[in-house]
Amino acid sequence: MLNKSNNNAPMTLLQVTNISKKFGDFYANDNLNLSIETGKVHALLGENGAGKSTLVKMMYGALQPTSGSIFWQGQETLIASPAHARELGIGMVFQHFSLFEALTVAENISLALPVQLRQGDLSQRIADLSLDYGLPLNPAALVADLSVGERQRIEIVRCLLQQPKLLIMDEPTAVLTPQEAQALFSTLRRLVEEGCAVLYISHRLEEVKQICHDATILRHGKLVAEVDPKVETAATLAQLMVGSSVHQVSRDANGEIGEVLLSLSHLYQTSSAPFGVDLVDVNLQVKSGEILAIAGVAGNGQGELFSVISGEERNPQQHFISLLGQVSDGLNINQRRLLGAAFVPEERMGHGAVEHLSLTNNILLSRHACNDEGSSLDRGWFGIDRRQLAQLNKAISINYDVRKSREDDVAGSLSGGNLQKFVVGRELNRKPKVLVINQPTWGVDAGAAALIRQAVIDLSRQGSAILIISQDLDEIFELADTIAVISRGQLSPSYAASELSREKIGLMMAGSHEQTAQAFGA
Amino acid sequence: MSPYEAILLTIITASTPLLLAAIGELVVERSGVLNLGIEGMMVMGAVCGFAAAHVTGSAWLGVIAATFAGIATSLLFGLLTQTLMTNQVATGLAITLLGLGLSGLIGSGFVGLPGVKLANVSIPWLSDLPYVGRLIFGQDPLVYVSIALTAGVAYTLNHTRMGLIIRAVGQNHASAHNLGYRVVAVRYACIAFGGATSGLAGAYLSLVYTPQWIENMTAGRGWIALALVVFSTWIPGRLAAGAYLFGGVWILGLYAQGMGVGIPSQLLSSLPYVATILALVIISTNRRLSLINTPASLGQGFVPDR
Repeated sequence: MLNKSNNNAPMTLLQVTNISKKFGDFYANDNLNLSIETGKVHALLGENGAGKSTLVKMMYGALQPTSGSIFWQGQETLIASPAHARELGIGMVFQHFSLFEALTVAENISLALPVQLRQGDLSQRIADLSLDYGLPLNPAALVADLSVGERQRIEIVRCLLQQPKLLIMDEPTAVLTPQEAQALFSTLRRLVEEGCAVLYISHRLEEVKQICHDATILRHGKLVAEVDPKVETAATLAQLMVGSSVHQVSRDANGEIGEVLLSLSHLYQTSSAPFGVDLVDVNLQVKSGEILAIAGVAGNGQGELFSVISGEERNPQQHFISLLGQVSDGLNINQRRLLGAAFVPEERMGHGAVEHLSLTNNILLSRHACNDEGSSLDRGWFGIDRRQLAQLNKAISINYDVRKSREDDVAGSLSGGNLQKFVVGRELNRKPKVLVINQPTWGVDAGAAALIRQAVIDLSRQGSAILIISQDLDEIFELADTIAVISRGQLSPSYAASELSREKIGLMMAGSHEQTAQAFGA
Repeated sequence: MSPYEAILLTIITASTPLLLAAIGELVVERSGVLNLGIEGMMVMGAVCGFAAAHVTGSAWLGVIAATFAGIATSLLFGLLTQTLMTNQVATGLAITLLGLGLSGLIGSGFVGLPGVKLANVSIPWLSDLPYVGRLIFGQDPLVYVSIALTAGVAYTLNHTRMGLIIRAVGQNHASAHNLGYRVVAVRYACIAFGGATSGLAGAYLSLVYTPQWIENMTAGRGWIALALVVFSTWIPGRLAAGAYLFGGVWILGLYAQGMGVGIPSQLLSSLPYVATILALVIISTNRRLSLINTPASLGQGFVPDR
């Protein structure tokens, strides 16, 4: 492979010089320089809010720089729009897919192609190219019917059809199983061998070390380092990103395991969402002092499972769910909270918190009926206990390091990581006996993630039962005592974390029962 | 002419304004915009069409004036909801109220004046065929326009790039914007198309159906058209079937009353709405149906990034 890349000597494809982007008084990008060479995978690293997306959007023509210039193949170029960027040969795979669920794969791809590439039998070309690169796709399939991994293939194939010279990928592996990620890496390696350049944005430092040749690290909109990721360690990279060494999550191995606090037995639930996943015969038990993590690729029933446990979906006729020894199927979310359970949903904005409401009002939303100090925030005819609410807000901010510009800011003005700390802190602050978190640190920077994980572990060591639903295997191995895998609405048995390897989990995530059985030699 | 032929003819005449107004709204909603102002755009079309025809003596000039009146009213809706980002539901209702009031003002001098009727098509020999002659070859021109528009919309939405872009914008405006499509421009164009067909529907009332100007002469047809769009699950073919079904129920109700069958007229006139509610229930119980056909960003304004 080395020989091959020597054959086509790398040349500078895209160069960014002294580029800045100002939003109001705030510099999202401050005087950045970056150069991307053909035949290389270039990593762009940084915490949330470091300015990666802003920089990439300027390269893709979606934003215009305040000052500075972009050179494309040696020529100073004003990239006016995404369409212009695509014309130049810049393709981008977005983190949040820009796909249309009710349209077919071919229609989705056609929408993103310039006129000359739409001619002829597009479906046939999609099928050929996707097979050729090991990303099989059925052009006539409806996007709504596809898995997240397949949806990402659409985005990649749609870029590849335009034979891009530069491919920008924003967190491409966030939603993939380890096996799917490896398949993606071989596609990327092949592209690079063919002389394409890749700009790779990721939080996952191990994979950056695995496939990237160069790395540029941003912090607070400024360039802090240009390094060779192969010679760095994940820890040194993280340190460069955060600016100080990242807190290592510490786990006391001797958690005291007690009685069962949360159990599901033979749970069946038909999903009420369009194209949702039905839950089939789900069984699990979480004991006091135990952290059970449910691994799985997004869209395999995690959301449905969470809403059944939290009481957002109820089955009053049934006896599937027991919380702290009490049959809870008929209870609504507040009644379950009063029993001592707490829930943190996946989407922090819109589900976990209301964007335009202040933090205190957001606290009120989940805690008005169940403030554990025995005093209710709701004073009946006398309205709401605002003073206690303000104290709570303060306590959560201090205990969980929520950074904000005003004491009682609106939720929408907090950054993703800080809002997640707030949403998790709001529930953890109650010291719930049962805690259910869906994707505790999704899209959260390393510092905030470490804080949240530590808080979850500390809570479990105080005797709470904790259920975590996550796609992030690093997180799962860092936190979990026991692990189960969800796939197509079916949950595997729980295994001690030490019994499982990433590969085994990956196989279970990918699929069918036969594979699960194989993974365990049954 | 046999009585059955006469009934069929009146059904088509009653259904055509519904079809005209609804086919435009279908396009508007497919692009993700909910324009509740159909009634207002229709009645503006009706009064302007009548006035132009009365003054010039040409029914065709009336049709053209009605179309432009509809477009102008719809662009006011577009300006408010797409550029000034007002709430679409409230704005649509306001447009209806504005249209009803303004048309009354414009039309106050035209009440009771004789109108100009748009002449029926007459093809020698063909139009005189027994049974089907009048029905197929002897309608007024707007009937053929409405059918051609329906077929054209069906073809455009499903088989052309323009239709694909309209559907994409209505499905997910953020993605369409990311891909470089001009969401607001597409929506303006669709809104104007909806205004044009609503204006035509109004012209049909004041130049064909009852060639005179009566205040509030749309009499709720705009709302039925709106209901039809949902009833059709945003599919043009189903929309045409629904329009003739609703028109048929309405006319048969009138005949039934005329023959002394004791069906309360209120019951019959509520049938389209009952049918629409049933359609909504059926759509929302079928996950797949609702996901595929419902424009996902219906009624949501689109504000691009900085």
